[in-house]
Order: sequence, then structure tokens, then C-alpha cells
Amino acid sequence: MGRIQVQDVAKRYRNRHYNSSGNNTEQKTITVLENVSLEFQDGEMVCILGPSGCGKSTLLRMVAGFESATSGKILIDEQPVIKPSSDYIFVFQHNGLLPWMTVWENVELGLRHLDDEQEKRDTIQEYIGMVELDGFESYYPHQLSGGMQRRAELARAIVVNPELLIMDEPFSGLDFLTHLKMREEVVNMHQFINKTIVVVTHDIDDALVMADRVVVMGNAPNNVILDRKLDFKHPRNIEKIEGLRELRDELYLMLGVNYAV
Amino acid sequence: MIKSFLLSLLSFSLLIVLWALFTHFGNFSDQVFPAPLLVLNSAIELFNNGTLLKHVVASLYRVTLGFYLAVLLGIPLGILLGRMTLVRQLVNPIIQFLRPISPLAWIPLAMLWFGIGDKPAIFLIFLSSFFPLVVATTMAVSSINPVYFHVASNFNFSQQEIIKKIIIPAILPEVLTALRLTIAIAWLVVVAAEMIAVQSGLGYLILDARNALRMDIVMVGMIVIGMIGVMLDLIMLRLAAIDSIAWNKES
Repeated sequence: MGRIQVQDVAKRYRNRHYNSSGNNTEQKTITVLENVSLEFQDGEMVCILGPSGCGKSTLLRMVAGFESATSGKILIDEQPVIKPSSDYIFVFQHNGLLPWMTVWENVELGLRHLDDEQEKRDTIQEYIGMVELDGFESYYPHQLSGGMQRRAELARAIVVNPELLIMDEPFSGLDFLTHLKMREEVVNMHQFINKTIVVVTHDIDDALVMADRVVVMGNAPNNVILDRKLDFKHPRNIEKIEGLRELRDELYLMLGVNYAV
Repeated sequence: MIKSFLLSLLSFSLLIVLWALFTHFGNFSDQVFPAPLLVLNSAIELFNNGTLLKHVVASLYRVTLGFYLAVLLGIPLGILLGRMTLVRQLVNPIIQFLRPISPLAWIPLAMLWFGIGDKPAIFLIFLSSFFPLVVATTMAVSSINPVYFHVASNFNFSQQEIIKKIIIPAILPEVLTALRLTIAIAWLVVVAAEMIAVQSGLGYLILDARNALRMDIVMVGMIVIGMIGVMLDLIMLRLAAIDSIAWNKES
């Protein structure tokens, strides 16, 4: 469960352009994704790298069912994605918690149809404990630090035991140390729940430390420029693992950063 | 909190002292500019014989009814307009056209349609509150962060849940600000409305006192209007500060 197939997917947006007099519109089509085919295995941690505007977030939103592809198909466990589902939970880049609900109420969202109150309470408490937010159950998101907000959202995501977690730049906006700790927590969590996780990130080190598979995307029509499996044990230290160091240089060059190599 | 309370107490005391000095040395007739003590005496007299309370209740009754009607109709309409682009494009021009017409311009029609008594006053207060509420709610709904709707669909929310758990809490801070501004407008309008169509209320009290050349009673009316206005504003502020409502405040 949690196998994703992206089959020859394209995404185009139609933009209306106005000339200086404000009438006489012309339609302009922008192609974000073209001929994208990818396959992720069950339980894989996939990191997608790429410059801004390459369509990686668009791809993610289509996998989650928030948007539909202009052409091509996206299958999860052989089933086409038609609409969002609590089997595939999206973890948002920013402000994904509902700000008018407490930590407890947010985590409860995916369990709200559970009839057994005792079981519901125990499960929520267990997952809040798992992300080390004990004692913060009745806090509102704006009363928490950025890192705590991300952890609360993680708890809300994994409490429903989804087949797939989709994370859009989950560490952006966090300070350096919180970033490293959160990354470690996601790696640990992945080994614990063993579900497919797809992460979009700007950060090459994130991909090297976390991923079982790295995908590098460029701009259409050459969207997938690298798709490689990473067979390294966790925890990984990039400086000490020969293959990772080389891959890092390769990725920097691929993303157009020559001075770092 | 206590400091700001003491400071406002001080500024009011200063105002009253200035007023007393002004009337004492200014050599005005009581019919033109009554002294604070005279106004206080009239206030006590009006309070003791129950006149003041009767007028206050009459005014508050009209404001409450007109305002609730506006809330009951205006906020759902605002939500509808904020969610449905086509309906908004259809209805919005009419609202934008009616909005700048002062409620007072409706007085002749209101009296013709509803006669004399509470009804036209309530109608005018409704009009004064309805349009600002619709506009503010529409704006608030259309500016909800789309992430929240994504969360809702991700967790399989029903339409009813989207309204109850996403839209209403999301717009509540902005709607409360709008309610605060609107109740101030409603309170302004009730006094004007009561000068025309009715025989009770603070507006009527002022008009009646003017006809009797009792400026001291006019001033009692003005002071009570101001005090109730501040009170209504404070109630709205209190509501807006509740944690689950004020989710958008800075940490």
C-alpha cells in the first residue's frame, strides 16, 4: 500500500493577458509539467528537489487530489486519484493547523467519526505524546513556536494512519537547529510508521539525509532530470559517507550552483 | 489596565472641571449652556422618576432588534456571496449602490411603509447595519486562506462541517470588528430615527427637551448616549478577545 504511479502527466494553466487598453484579451497557456512519469514504491521516502517554479509543488498537490492533471494519470495503489482523501495526508508548508482549534482539536480532526470516546482520547493523547507536545493540548497554534506547530501537524497527519504522507517544504521557516531536529524526527517517524512519504524541499542536505529516492526536477518540458535510489543506512552523516558527498556535488551542479562544489 | 482606567478617569474629571469653569465665568444663561451641577441634578431627577430608564430601554430595544435582524440576514448573505462568485457578481452591484445612501434618506419611505412607532425606527437601524455587515462578511469569506479548505477536503469534511468548522471561525475576528463598527452606526441612527417617528427613546427625549428649552436635559440625553455607546463598544471588544475567536492575534 502507498505505491504511487505518475503516468505521463502534464499540467497547463491558462492565463488571460490584457493589453494596455485593457480589453482585447488573449489567452496564453503556461505549461508547468510535461511528460512526467515517476513511480514510488510502498514505504519509500522520496525527496523532490528543484528550483522555484519547476512544478514540484503542483505535482504534490495533484498527488493529494487538490488539483487535477491536464493530461496523464496519477495512481495510488492502482487507483486513480480523483479527490482528496484522509488516506493521503498533506502536510502544509505554513499554517496548516486550523488556528481556531487547539492542538487537541486539530489532532482530533481525523478521528472525529470514531464512536469509542475512550479509544479516541487515548489515541490522541498517544500521538500528542509522540511529538512531545504533552501539556500543550489546550494551546492554540498561535501560542506555539514554529517547530511545535509543525510537530502538532505531524501528529494530526499520522494519527489517521495514512497510506501516504505528502509534505510541502516541511522545514521552511524554521530556525537552523529546529530544522535539523525536525528532520531527524521525520526520519525516525518514517522508520516507525513505514509508510510512503513524499517531501518537496529546496534543501539538498534534507534530501541526502532523509531520502530513499531523490528526484530532481527542472523546468518543463524536461521535468524529471534525475531519479535515483539512495541505499544508505540511517542516521546518515553526509561528510562521512563517500557516496553522499559525491551526490551532493552532483546535485549542486545540476541545480546550477557551481561555487559550492 | 488600572493605569489606563485611572487616566481616562482623570481626563473626564478635567473635562468636567473645564466645563464648570467655563460656565461659571462665561456668564451664559442656563438655557444656552447649563453648568455640570445643573445637568447632574436633572439627571438624578430623570433617573428617580423613571423617565430616563424608560427612554434608554426604548432605544436599546430598537437597536437590539434592528441589529439582530441585520446580523441574522446580513451574515448568511455575506457568506453566500463570499462563496459563490456568480451570485456575488449578480448581487454586489445592488449592494454597492444602496450602501452609500444614508439610512436617514429612507425616513420618508420608512414612515410611509411602516407607519408611526417602533417599526420604522427598527427598519432604519436594520438598514444602517445590514449593508456594512454584508460587505464585511463577503470580504472576510473571500479572503479565507485556501489552505484551510484543503485541510477540510483532506479530512473529508461535509459541506455543513466546512461552514461550521472552517468558514464561521475563520471569519469571526473580522466579523466581530465589523459588528463593533456597525453597532456604533446603529446607535447613531437610532437617536436620529427617534427624533421623527416615535414618542420615546433618547432621541425623543432630546427633541422634547429642546422644544421645552431645557438644555440641561438635552445634555443628560447626550451624556447617556455617549455612555451607552462606550458600553456597547466594550462588550464587542470583550467578545473579540476570547482566545478561540481571536485566533489571528500575534503570539
